[in-house]
Amino acid sequence: MSPEPRPRRQLHLAAHFPGVNNTTVWDDPRSGSQIDFASFTHLARTAERGLFDFFFLAEGLRLREHKGRIHDLDVLGRPESVTVLNALAAVTDRLGLAATVSATFNEPYELARRLATLDHLSGGRAAWNVVTTSDAFTGENFRRGGFLDHADRYTRAAEFLATARELWDAGPEGGPPRRVDHRGPHFTVRGEPPLPRSPQGHPVVIQAGDSPEGREFAASAADVVFTRHGTLEAGQAFSADVKRRLAAYGRRPDALRIMPGVTVVLGDTPAEAQEHAAEIRRQQVSPQTALLTLEQVWGVDLSSYDPDGPLPDIDPDPHGELARGRVRIADPQAVADRWRAVSRAKGLSIRETVIETTGRQSFIGTPESVAREMTAFAAAGAADGFILVPHLTPGGLDPFVARVVPLLQERGAFRTEYAGTTLRSHLGLPDPVRPARKD
Amino acid sequence: MPAPHHPPRLAVALDAPRHPLRPDAAHYTALARLAERGTLDFVTLGDRFGGPGPDALGLLARIAPATERIGLVPAVTTTHTEPFHVSTALATLDWVSRGRAGWTVEVSTTAAEAALTGRRPAAPPAEVWPEAGEVADAAGRLWDSWEDGAEIRDRATGRFVDRDKLHPIDFTGRTFAVRGPSIVPRPPQGRPVTVVDATGAESTGGPGERARREVAAARADVALVRAEDPQTAGAARAALRDRARAHGRDPGRLLVLASLPVELESPADAAGLADLLTDWYAQGAADGFHLRPADPVRDLARLVEGTVPPLRERGLLRRSYEGTTLRAHLGLPRPAGIYAATPEAAR
Ligand SMILES: Cc1cc2nc3c(=O)[nH]c(=O)nc-3n(C[C@H](O)[C@H](O)[C@H](O)COP(=O)(O)O)c2cc1C
Repeated sequence: MSPEPRPRRQLHLAAHFPGVNNTTVWDDPRSGSQIDFASFTHLARTAERGLFDFFFLAEGLRLREHKGRIHDLDVLGRPESVTVLNALAAVTDRLGLAATVSATFNEPYELARRLATLDHLSGGRAAWNVVTTSDAFTGENFRRGGFLDHADRYTRAAEFLATARELWDAGPEGGPPRRVDHRGPHFTVRGEPPLPRSPQGHPVVIQAGDSPEGREFAASAADVVFTRHGTLEAGQAFSADVKRRLAAYGRRPDALRIMPGVTVVLGDTPAEAQEHAAEIRRQQVSPQTALLTLEQVWGVDLSSYDPDGPLPDIDPDPHGELARGRVRIADPQAVADRWRAVSRAKGLSIRETVIETTGRQSFIGTPESVAREMTAFAAAGAADGFILVPHLTPGGLDPFVARVVPLLQERGAFRTEYAGTTLRSHLGLPDPVRPARKD
Repeated sequence: MPAPHHPPRLAVALDAPRHPLRPDAAHYTALARLAERGTLDFVTLGDRFGGPGPDALGLLARIAPATERIGLVPAVTTTHTEPFHVSTALATLDWVSRGRAGWTVEVSTTAAEAALTGRRPAAPPAEVWPEAGEVADAAGRLWDSWEDGAEIRDRATGRFVDRDKLHPIDFTGRTFAVRGPSIVPRPPQGRPVTVVDATGAESTGGPGERARREVAAARADVALVRAEDPQTAGAARAALRDRARAHGRDPGRLLVLASLPVELESPADAAGLADLLTDWYAQGAADGFHLRPADPVRDLARLVEGTVPPLRERGLLRRSYEGTTLRAHLGLPRPAGIYAATPEAAR
């Protein structure tokens, strides 16, 4: 089966349920529950009304800590992804359903079965974002425990995925099931597949890692890459780099969709959009969050500093490790130097500096200008589409769907109806070829 | 021993030996809605780690939005799975069903199941049931690890949660340890309902059987006992309540349901079943019944048509649901968490 020919470059869009970090604003009259099923239904139905490719859930398997205590400033608490997506399959018809699930703290047979179940029960809409985050801190919640070093995480993830695919391929399709007999460095899995081959053959595989090993893993095995490289130049460089790696695995450049996570702020005029964006940034960076963000860079307690005052004169402690459960900052001194330069040049306080230097929104403008910029982004090879991260639960995507989607459609840059029923068909990905029977 | 006074609880299995699970949402949605029309307390779905068939918890999550009141109780295995994931998946089932989740604690003892994970060899029931009890214990602690009211959204201090109300559980069992707290806020029921099949499908006696019964006595909200006559069921109920008392529990918080195979080949069979349930219940055999139809589609329809109406007429079954949660249906209070500073009144 070959992919549907795509008449012209069309964007792919996904809806990220707001996460557990400070970009999710809870201090707003419109911000609803992060855990009630109604919130998930609202956002998923909004995304489906907007003909999005998929709905996306992140995962964190241990509550983050700061200075040895649970981080209490951000939205906290979320459901287990695969379970909530099974429920969402009941209230949506076409929308893809993507779960982030760790390859480190799961085992292939069980997860392959759970994902095949989701693919069956959603009529072919399941996706798995294979993440490799692993540290002893998170491991304390699991039988497996422990720590995998960086290189091992990806060899485990690759073998995990290959084993899951063996199980998916072995499912009976008119004939008897095939036995799986996998013996590798990380896993030994022998037995019969749990289910008939699912509607998509394999759920769509997403990868979200940035290191050379992560990019190599994406090039070898993923259908979609979720990346943080959301500016035009960074997106172009990232996309070129990952797509260049595909050939080594016998894959064509259009076998992989690159989708940066982005944020959008709309206004009736450019000035109104900028004002709105600044207001959201103030909501995202409370005085307490500003100090905490600074402490994450400096690695020391800065609670005596005034968030409305100047940045500290002292240098970061390169060994200070106040934050647990989040990605480490590679070069704190460089970040501190940059922030101090920004603060000096513009006369900004601690809070203003954090607002200025972190998490600026990706697309700010009128619906027309945002539609134009997004289209240009794709045309310039910086992305195949976007994973939109709203700042409000659950209504954060309503304005985009109401105002930008129709303009993207007018430009011919986005579908006007779902052509197929599976997520693979939305993404224009070929159905995986089922290997011939070996026995 | 006090005889049961709440009307008998009534549950039904949606799977059967000759009708194993299949990945068909419409089929199970129709069955669960039928059970809901009959105002039963809950439906169960069996599951094994090795399948074959869909994941039962995923399947019941899939049908949760298409039902409103019926309790949803999948079997969940504890031997080759992660206690942390077991706990968060069940908490999530409770969230998506707005308080209708339960689980039947299960184990995996076969070599075939062990080979699917390749992490540990197969172990006999006497070994894996105590571990299952620990998984149930850890899961319960994780559900409690967010006290009610932990989420404060306090604008003045910028705090979303009161972290003094989030607790590590620091659970160490024989085969696993979990630090906690959970990543999922406390589910609507506080704790989803824990069901243990106290006798098992193949009753063999012996240490495995005892270990299973001990888990039921120590951990279950609802214990299922397979019995051929009301005397045996009543004796099993009395024994379980004694063991629950020995574990320091209020035996009134352990509901013992007689688990009965049913085969309703005619409408007369359905009426006969109503008489049988009435009779067993009058004899104090059980707090209610878990029915295991031979043919779920046929038998559930007959049950709702022919067994439910006479039970309603005799005042032994509600005509409509009063509560919205499975605990409310069963007459079990929402538990105050073990970490709650001042135990709140049972709601
Ligand atoms: C955009 C993006 C989203 C991610 N989302 C998650 C997530 O939801 N859960 C998680 O455990 N890790 C997440 N990760 C972490 C990655 O899985 C990976 O562990 C991390 O990026 C380190 O790998 P690397 O060195 O290859 O980048 C994410 C990474 C990126 C870039």
